[in-house]
Amino acid sequence: MVLISEGYFSENCWSLLGDGEAWPFEQDVIVPLARVHEGANVLRKGRLGLLLPNTTEVADVVPYFDQVALLAVQFPAFSDGRGFSLARQLRRAGFKKELRAFGPLLPDQYASALACGFNTIEIPDDRALRMPQAQWRAAYQARDVAYQRGYAHAGSILDRRRAAK
Amino acid sequence: MNIAVTPPRSNAPRAAMYYYDTFDRDFVNERVAQFRDQVQRRVSGALTEEEFRPHRLMNGLYLQLHAYMLRIAIPYGTLASNQMRQLAMIADRWDRGYGHFTTRQNLQFNWPKLADVPDILQALAEVEMHAIQTSGNCIRNVTADHFSGAAADEIEDPRPTAELIRQWSTAHPEYCYLPRKFKVAVTGSSNDRAAVLLHDIGLRIVRNEAGEIGYSVIAGGGLGRTPMVGKVVRDFLPREDLLAYLAAILSVYNRYGRRDNKYKARIKILVHETGLEEIKADIEAEFAALDRSGTNADPEEFARIAAYFAPPEFDAAAGTSIFEAEKARNPEFARFASTNLATHKAKGYTIVTVSTKPVGGVPGDVTSAQMRVLADAADLYSSGELRISHEQNVILPHVRLDDVFALWQLLQTAGLATANAGLITDIIACPGMDYCSLATARAIPIAQDISKVFADPERQKLIGKLGIKISGCINACGHHHIAAIGILGLEKSGRESYQITLGGDPTFSASIGERLGPGLEAHEVPQVIEHLVEIYLAERQGDEAFIDTYRRIGQAKFKPALEREVEDGSHL
Amino acid sequence: MAKFKHPQILIANHLLDGEVLFMGKAGWLRDHRAAVVATSEAEAEALLALGKAELAANKVVDAYLVDIAISPDGHPEPIHYREKLRTLGPSVRLDLGKQATNTEFGDI
Repeated sequence: MVLISEGYFSENCWSLLGDGEAWPFEQDVIVPLARVHEGANVLRKGRLGLLLPNTTEVADVVPYFDQVALLAVQFPAFSDGRGFSLARQLRRAGFKKELRAFGPLLPDQYASALACGFNTIEIPDDRALRMPQAQWRAAYQARDVAYQRGYAHAGSILDRRRAAK
Repeated sequence: MNIAVTPPRSNAPRAAMYYYDTFDRDFVNERVAQFRDQVQRRVSGALTEEEFRPHRLMNGLYLQLHAYMLRIAIPYGTLASNQMRQLAMIADRWDRGYGHFTTRQNLQFNWPKLADVPDILQALAEVEMHAIQTSGNCIRNVTADHFSGAAADEIEDPRPTAELIRQWSTAHPEYCYLPRKFKVAVTGSSNDRAAVLLHDIGLRIVRNEAGEIGYSVIAGGGLGRTPMVGKVVRDFLPREDLLAYLAAILSVYNRYGRRDNKYKARIKILVHETGLEEIKADIEAEFAALDRSGTNADPEEFARIAAYFAPPEFDAAAGTSIFEAEKARNPEFARFASTNLATHKAKGYTIVTVSTKPVGGVPGDVTSAQMRVLADAADLYSSGELRISHEQNVILPHVRLDDVFALWQLLQTAGLATANAGLITDIIACPGMDYCSLATARAIPIAQDISKVFADPERQKLIGKLGIKISGCINACGHHHIAAIGILGLEKSGRESYQITLGGDPTFSASIGERLGPGLEAHEVPQVIEHLVEIYLAERQGDEAFIDTYRRIGQAKFKPALEREVEDGSHL
Repeated sequence: MAKFKHPQILIANHLLDGEVLFMGKAGWLRDHRAAVVATSEAEAEALLALGKAELAANKVVDAYLVDIAISPDGHPEPIHYREKLRTLGPSVRLDLGKQATNTEFGDI
């Protein structure tokens, strides 16, 4: 998997903890929600992240907001837009730390992902081969005003109109 | 009759509709550049077809049976004359000289080349048009009453509302990858001409007891494989909460709409399977939780948009002496006047329906030459404005009664004067298998055959208003479910087979048509329609509409229409 | 793959202009009458594989096999009316599509 941050392919300090794998002491690991209790019990220096299916109910995650440093929302396919709404609701519920979109998104969706509250995207390696950094960078820099109010992007056209009066 | 067309006056009126500001213009231009880049990446292989497809669709480009097809948005069916002329230019330059008006008030070109589409989109952007979100799993063209701003029965023009929703739904970061397509319609009249009960969201402009304007919100209507009439989820939504409430519905749908089965993915299924009370609770909970003031448009923005739709100044002294004199003198004109005019709110004015259904023609198809005549007609007689109805006809909304005769003469030069608005030969038909890759049968030839059988104007007059709608597959783009007589084209044993449905109604008294019997062969359809009409004429009381007769006497009385001679001489 | 019942030809749309194409001996053709006919399951699989390669090479979109029968004139004709229409054009506009440019065309 390749991590995208501000349009750059970036170093990823997070890794997914495999099923039978032991908890590493120092590494930052992402685990499924069901294993979050394990993480609380193990003495560790590394940070904890949760991997959430895009069908997760926000109420189930809220209790762990303080414990985790990252929430990764799964996108099983780029056409499955549930993660955008889930991200929005996680932010609304008060999560302020890193929100990561996890799956085969397209550079053309980068602006939407950021607008909905994601900070980073992690895409499969074969995707990264066909969609090199230049495309992600271009998408990142092309972000512009949008019609909708209340999304975390370059501002809304409605607000610009008001300001222009 | 050849009449020299007066070239449009240089001070031709500017249609009373929304005009882009810098932000709108920048947006469409950027979108064109974005799509140009996407096409390039597709051609180079940087995007696979699977990855390109949602972007292709969100810019209105389909792959069909014979070629690509580009669906251009005509927001709430409103067009300015210069836009109509640009569509004619595009038809000539990049297509085969004609376009097709659809049942969602859009225009389709059937022969664009992928490589040309960015240039076509650029040409559209130049006249403030686009093909954004006319396909794909996103919010589609917001449709509205095609008599908006003109009808006598209007509470409020629904188009400012439709325009607000159009902007809000354009490239929405959260709602572009929905389980399925999402269609919204708005009506502002006591008579619904926008079929709001048959949309994913229908909005009905209403006044509460205090006289305040707001919306009755309907959700979960739709046609297709499982037609359903929408349910009211909110009796009265204050105007200022419109966008936030829509966001609440969309968020609930985006999160919980089914994604396991394409045929169960619309919001109507979610409403049906969840139950109305529970879905209303979900929507209200989301509405309560979201940042309302941060989502809604402010009243100033609504007023800014609404100002564009202020109707043209009507001449209080507009008379009818020419109109009456020409009707008395010219029986053919009198006939047109009796069929194709609707009551305008201003005295001395009328709403003219231009039929795109000449007998034996292709419903909804208009040549580039005809488009230019329509643009001229709009400039000369309708304050520069046109509408496209979901019945595939072109409306000239603000015509002086005393201009109707001259207009009619102009329309005649272009084969656009068919006097059949709402009559039995004003058939709605989807492109069907003559064009569409989703189709299971052809629809257009059936429309042509039926229209030829009923060509006689006197017979049509006797029958009165009767809507026939034909769909070439179960996706029901021909809206057959909500027709008085609906026809659905399927396949049976390797041949095209047509099922008749009766008793559909798209208005506030909405109902889904009921299947009459087994499928018919193509050549049997016109005969059966004739028999149905005969039964209707025999049974109707006074000037009862087909739907009222049907509801009164029941389907069983119509079954004999299916009796017909089969090839071997036996009767069914 | 569906059980092989009829001889088949390969059909697709040209990526750039959208026109319907048929795989011939030496490449894509606009006229179905000279299309290569697969007469066995193995041949059909090879034809489909060729189609997939052409898809991957960004030449065409939506390549698939079509059941045909050999006409009295000796050329392949699609059995199903949908695929027959694709070799012709809209039945309501005989001046458009392949039927307008080909010298011969048949009824559906």
